[in-house]
Amino acid sequence: MAVDILMPALSPTMETGTLAKWNVAVGDSVRSGDVIAEIETDKATMEVEAVDEGVLAAILIDAGTEGVAVGTAIARLAEDGENADDVAAVPAPATPARTPVAVEAPAAPAAVVQPSVAAAPVAVPISAQPVTTAADRIFATPLARRIARDGNLDLSGVSGSGPHGRILRRDVEDALSRPATSTASAQITMSHAPASPGASTLVPNNQMRKVIASRLQESKQTAPHFYLTVDCEIDNLLAARKTMNETAPDGVKLSVNDLVIRAAAMALIKVPNANASWEGDNTRLFHHADIAMAVAVDGGLVTPVIWAAEQKGLAEISKISRDLASRAREGKLAPEEFSGGSFTISNLGMFGIREFAAVINPPQGAILAVGAGEQRPVVKDGQLAVATVMTVTLSADHRVVDGAVGAEWLQAFKGYIEQPVTMLL
Amino acid sequence: MASETSFDLIVVGGGPGGYVAAIRGAQLGMKVALVEREHLGGICLNWGCIPTKALLRAAELKHSIDEMKDFGITVSGEVTIDLPAVVKRSRNVAGRLSAGVKHLLKKNKVTVFDDLASLGGKKGDLREVKLAGGSSLMAKHVILATGARARALPGLEADGEKILTYREAMVPKTMPKSLIIIGSGAIGSEFASFYHDMGVDVTLVEAMDRILPVEDAEISDFVQKAFVKRGMNVVTGARLAGLKADKNGVTATFEGGLAPIVADRAILAVGITGNTENLGLEGTAVKVDRGHIVNDKWGATGEPGVYAIGDVAGPPWLAHKASHEGIICVEKIAGQADVHAIGAGAVPGCTYCRPQVASVGMTEAAAIEAGHKVRVGRFPMLANGKAIALGDDQGLIKTVFDAKTGELLGAHMVGPEVTELIQGYAIARTLEATEAELMQTIFPHPTLSEAMHESVLDAYGRAIHF
Repeated sequence: MAVDILMPALSPTMETGTLAKWNVAVGDSVRSGDVIAEIETDKATMEVEAVDEGVLAAILIDAGTEGVAVGTAIARLAEDGENADDVAAVPAPATPARTPVAVEAPAAPAAVVQPSVAAAPVAVPISAQPVTTAADRIFATPLARRIARDGNLDLSGVSGSGPHGRILRRDVEDALSRPATSTASAQITMSHAPASPGASTLVPNNQMRKVIASRLQESKQTAPHFYLTVDCEIDNLLAARKTMNETAPDGVKLSVNDLVIRAAAMALIKVPNANASWEGDNTRLFHHADIAMAVAVDGGLVTPVIWAAEQKGLAEISKISRDLASRAREGKLAPEEFSGGSFTISNLGMFGIREFAAVINPPQGAILAVGAGEQRPVVKDGQLAVATVMTVTLSADHRVVDGAVGAEWLQAFKGYIEQPVTMLL
Repeated sequence: MASETSFDLIVVGGGPGGYVAAIRGAQLGMKVALVEREHLGGICLNWGCIPTKALLRAAELKHSIDEMKDFGITVSGEVTIDLPAVVKRSRNVAGRLSAGVKHLLKKNKVTVFDDLASLGGKKGDLREVKLAGGSSLMAKHVILATGARARALPGLEADGEKILTYREAMVPKTMPKSLIIIGSGAIGSEFASFYHDMGVDVTLVEAMDRILPVEDAEISDFVQKAFVKRGMNVVTGARLAGLKADKNGVTATFEGGLAPIVADRAILAVGITGNTENLGLEGTAVKVDRGHIVNDKWGATGEPGVYAIGDVAGPPWLAHKASHEGIICVEKIAGQADVHAIGAGAVPGCTYCRPQVASVGMTEAAAIEAGHKVRVGRFPMLANGKAIALGDDQGLIKTVFDAKTGELLGAHMVGPEVTELIQGYAIARTLEATEAELMQTIFPHPTLSEAMHESVLDAYGRAIHF
């Protein structure tokens, strides 16, 4: 009998995606395992494999269609002995015939297709599950929704104080009484304003752009950021790196960034209160240093995660980070590879940026902005001297990380960076 | 008697606040003691809510028998009331429930002391609770749930013979021919309804300008008219000047030009006052204000480790409010997540007179005073099929919405079984439903609850059946 191919859920939180490309045409024979289409989610392009065999009888959703809901029939297969034309004539179900439960089973969707990348999911430690499992469905009372609507408030940025984090009337009223919301309404007005008279081009925002915009806006509006900056002398670190790279086996080439990741991971374990996330009634304390690293990609950025980085040696960190970064640039990361993490590192040193402050990657509690290592005059024992200095700035969410905790973490980080031997333990 | 003296939590008072707090504490793994001076279940169960409901049920049956003819049923012979049997049944009902509470406490391994307790000193972070019997208990947390008693007016003391409080009024040996009831709150109105149905000539006296003064004015008015229609005397705006008992009965005199009223007996129902005496509060930071212990929304008093819940901590004097406060207080002590303090207007109130009255949230007047622009819906039981079939079609359901947000600010009901219906609106308020969800909900036909739906529809000009 005919089989409908449904839009698969490629990540736990995916609700819609863009059907980027069809690799097969109507009339083609399809075998289980064939890559039949590519789907663009918020941050990656995924290949979709056929599970059943047959002849592609109809393409129900054209390539390039945006916002295709998970569970929608996208194509129809005629199985052996069926006439493809007859099968194609069967109307597509108005509602998804089998709606995949996206939040529960990313690797085993009810759809008859499965993503090739997700087929071999990365082993994810329990403590490292993304903390916003149900983030895409907002739980709010009807009254809270109505007051939010009347006040032009986006509920995705509101944390709920009700049972199981449900957003109550008082949460919305609190949010509306904060000044941040006035900018939210202002933006809504702005977007309806006519374009400026000068020449310009309107570029549609892709999924990634929209996700970046909403998440970082949520972060800046809900997480009270504060910033701590410290200078680290890295001459010892550079010397150690040189020695290690000279003696390391072929294929291992440590970058300064690999050492920074290792030092940050060690510091997170040493100062566990900095490895935390705000969840309304609770604070989540992470058991591992799951370090997300910001990777610039075409049209935006992604933050692939090095899980339990504190348990990994420098060579391993180096290998993983290089692999993640290169696949990120190709848009070939599986969703679980760039979801979650307990802490993020953003390094703009290669652009010669001296220092900067990064926006926290929600729902994490802190992010480290790493500047360039450069020779600067320093005063040592009352004498002017030259040292290679790298300035780092920690942005922390004051709801979970207090100033002293942030400072303690930076002190630990600086210790590892300036005495690199200590991070090899 | 248990020899154990060291506990995590000691609850003083075994009423609906205290015993519920004790059981919740035990559920949360605390070692709990409960001290009760008289009987488990407290006033509610022994001398309040429950036995009066048993009495009112007898009165209601009497009323139904009087109306049998309307239903085509002839009752031949004389219908008589065996008062001692009516009272005995009421006492049996109370006794059965009190035994049930004892069982529940035992099942939850709460140690019960039949004794009188008072606060002692602190030893470290432990608090001593002294028992009149001589023993001394220690615990980190002590909840005072000692309840309240009838308030006496200056110069007006009940004598238990001619001038009664609720307690004597509940166990009459004989029926008076005539009765004055001073105070028309829930207690006064319920006794007025009971005694009147039992054939007594009742005069209900209220100092305010309407009976059931905490209810919405339209509901008060509805009940007053119903009382007067069935032959009760209702006097409002009457400030009592004196109440004198002599061998012929009781004479009530009033301020202003109001004529004195004479009756066989009188019931004083002018509010209650907290049992704050002899608790050892002197010398502690526990504050008492106008007869009630001052506490915060979690039950904490000014004294660390000492909490107060229920009637002793102030109005509304309702069993379900006491129970809920007890649970919140214990959960907060245990450090539970997601504990929510009782919100304003979240405690429903029920009065079991005929017709019954039930309400939750703000009255229309209170809502307007609080600055809300309101939408008000009304639906009369006269237009409800089930009510007509029951032969009990006198009633009104009034809903008050915030015109801007659609929040259900209050619901006010009078009529058949409305005390069983009010929880629907209470749930809607807890879930923060708006008029839209209430309209979208399907109410089954034929039920009295359809009138709740219609009242909501009416607030938005959409009532179908009226």
